[in-house]
Amino acid sequence: MKNSIRVLMGACALGALATASSAETITIATVNNGDMIRMQGYTDQFTAKTGIDVEWVTLEENVLRQRVTTDISTKGGAFDIMTIGMYETPIWGANGWLVPLDDLSAEYDVDDILPAMAGGLSHDGTLYAAPFYGESSMIMYRTDLMEKAGLEMPAAPTWEFVREAAAAMTDRDADINGICLRGKAGWGEGGAFITAMSNSFGARWFDMDWNAQFDTDAWANTLNFFVGMMNESGPAGYATNGFNENLSLFQQGKCGMWIDATVAASFVTNPAESTVADSVGFALAPDTGLGKRSNWLWAWALAIPAGTQQEAAAKQFIEWATSKDYIELVAENEGWANVPPGARTSLYENPNYIEVPFAQMTLDSILSADPNNSTVEPSPYVGVQFAAIPEFAGIATEVSQEFSAVYAGQQTVEEALAKAQALTNDAMEAAGYR
Amino acid sequence: MARAVTTRRKAINTALAWAIGLLIFFPILWTILTSFKTEGQAIADPPIFLFFDWTLENYAIVQERSDYMRYLVNSIIIALGSTALGIVIAVPAAWSMAFVPSKRTKDILMWMLSTKMLPAVGVLYPIYLLFIKMGLLDSRMGLVVVLMLINLPIIVWMLYTYFKEIPGEILEAARMDGATLKEEIIYILTPMAVPGIASTLLLNVILAWNEAFWTLNLTAAKAAPLTAFIASYSSPEGLFYAKLSAASTMAIAPILILGWFSQKQLVRGLTFGAVK
Repeated sequence: MKNSIRVLMGACALGALATASSAETITIATVNNGDMIRMQGYTDQFTAKTGIDVEWVTLEENVLRQRVTTDISTKGGAFDIMTIGMYETPIWGANGWLVPLDDLSAEYDVDDILPAMAGGLSHDGTLYAAPFYGESSMIMYRTDLMEKAGLEMPAAPTWEFVREAAAAMTDRDADINGICLRGKAGWGEGGAFITAMSNSFGARWFDMDWNAQFDTDAWANTLNFFVGMMNESGPAGYATNGFNENLSLFQQGKCGMWIDATVAASFVTNPAESTVADSVGFALAPDTGLGKRSNWLWAWALAIPAGTQQEAAAKQFIEWATSKDYIELVAENEGWANVPPGARTSLYENPNYIEVPFAQMTLDSILSADPNNSTVEPSPYVGVQFAAIPEFAGIATEVSQEFSAVYAGQQTVEEALAKAQALTNDAMEAAGYR
Repeated sequence: MARAVTTRRKAINTALAWAIGLLIFFPILWTILTSFKTEGQAIADPPIFLFFDWTLENYAIVQERSDYMRYLVNSIIIALGSTALGIVIAVPAAWSMAFVPSKRTKDILMWMLSTKMLPAVGVLYPIYLLFIKMGLLDSRMGLVVVLMLINLPIIVWMLYTYFKEIPGEILEAARMDGATLKEEIIYILTPMAVPGIASTLLLNVILAWNEAFWTLNLTAAKAAPLTAFIASYSSPEGLFYAKLSAASTMAIAPILILGWFSQKQLVRGLTFGAVK
């Protein structure tokens, strides 16, 4: 009887040990998009390899941003890995909120990360988040409509050409708009587009003393050009159009050109979703000859909040999810067009990937954006379509609301710029920059 | 002649009621229809109403990607738990305000209601920090407490209104017959206020089921209810409307069914005391 009890207790102890050894679980907060969802599907392979279980918290981008910001700023510890972008990473890295990724394994080959991505995800030269995928923006256009208009899209067009082509492609009777662009309020929606566009017109958010620059000719030229072109050739109600609305219009054949995220290329060329999949061409985002193009730079990246109890396991996951092997895994199962783009140099040296129609243009777009030198005149901030300071999201949301009111015909360009200038200076003064 | 006018008026009223009902229900109907479309059909312009190739693909994808049952169980526990706890606290509170009012009762009621006017985000950080300290983050118990506190003013107000309709003399008679306070509330007051309590319960279950701010901000993987389930299918960069609609339909189905079966009690309770 005693022996039976001992055996039973021994079995229980072994069971407990076994449970403990397989009970390492990491919780990851992530954003709802195709690449991230695809990664969730392969998590079992990571668990099989390492014995680490993964729990996912998937949220819409803006909800995610609020959720992880609350948690990390209060040291809540709800997540072991957070999916964050180029805006948050340098700010949070500077605050000491993230674990530096300076001891990744040699196999991982950290030098293979595209320099533009590594630069945007670092603070003082230390990498704080590993890019899962990166994107820029570029022109996606209808080759058939361009041909019909008797024009040929240059590889690196100017804004003047784009405006001319948009007017030529517009056919209101056939419900075709020459150009579709974001006008929706929000710093990550219309705010991101107009900021990237303003770079090519020689505008900037702040001078070197953090004074707002909306009272400059460069900003007036940007906004007047945008409004003029959209009124001539844009869709009705463009003031409320964001990425999804324009994607929907383009896929239904209602846009001649669309300038937006490079990740959209896989959507518009997918015959299952797009009615114009076989007639889409790509070109670099336009410029005005001042030396800066109007494309942005963004990455969704994986970072580890400081203080997590699962730092080692979290690093293992990040190394797996952002590795060359993961890219091979997705390519093997779902084809090269579905691998996460824009993060690694080796991907663009792969002959299989470079055959994907939009691969080279995506790389060229990413390489032409420099978050550390994004404006014609010098600026004190890092970021192409944003300024990586904590105050920017709030200020830019308000500014983009003023701009959207112009697009909706509720106020003039001059009125919006005057309001943007005043509210930005007020906010920067309150925050102690001026 | 008078009869004809009445009939016509009845017909007009009926038609009007149906029109308003359909107008209110239309967004839900559209969500349900969209859940059976492909992503391409979901964004078609002009929109497709009924004539499309019905598919269950979105439900299959949602089922494969998410553990629906876990979210559902969390929703049920949080909604029922917060409502039950709220009723236990609110019945004695409403009793004292209805039958033993002080000169501050009206002020207290107004103050309780005023807490509903505070933007939730204003107290997010203090509550989040409290939850961290108390180990309640991502726990169902934490959400039960928070949702109970949020809905308590409404529960107290509703019960107070119902209790006010009950003649105080009946309770006095019970007291004269030797009933204790507990017996008075359980055996006399509660049975008389059943319609009111039932509608309060139902309304609070619905409010707790639909609450999205706290349930999204105070949960992660373990305690997340169906509101988090829906939020995981929304995206500003990518077309997920059909899948989002399928997730929404799955999330609202239990509460729609509950509402359908209990509509008689709900209406009876909400109109309790309206006509004397």
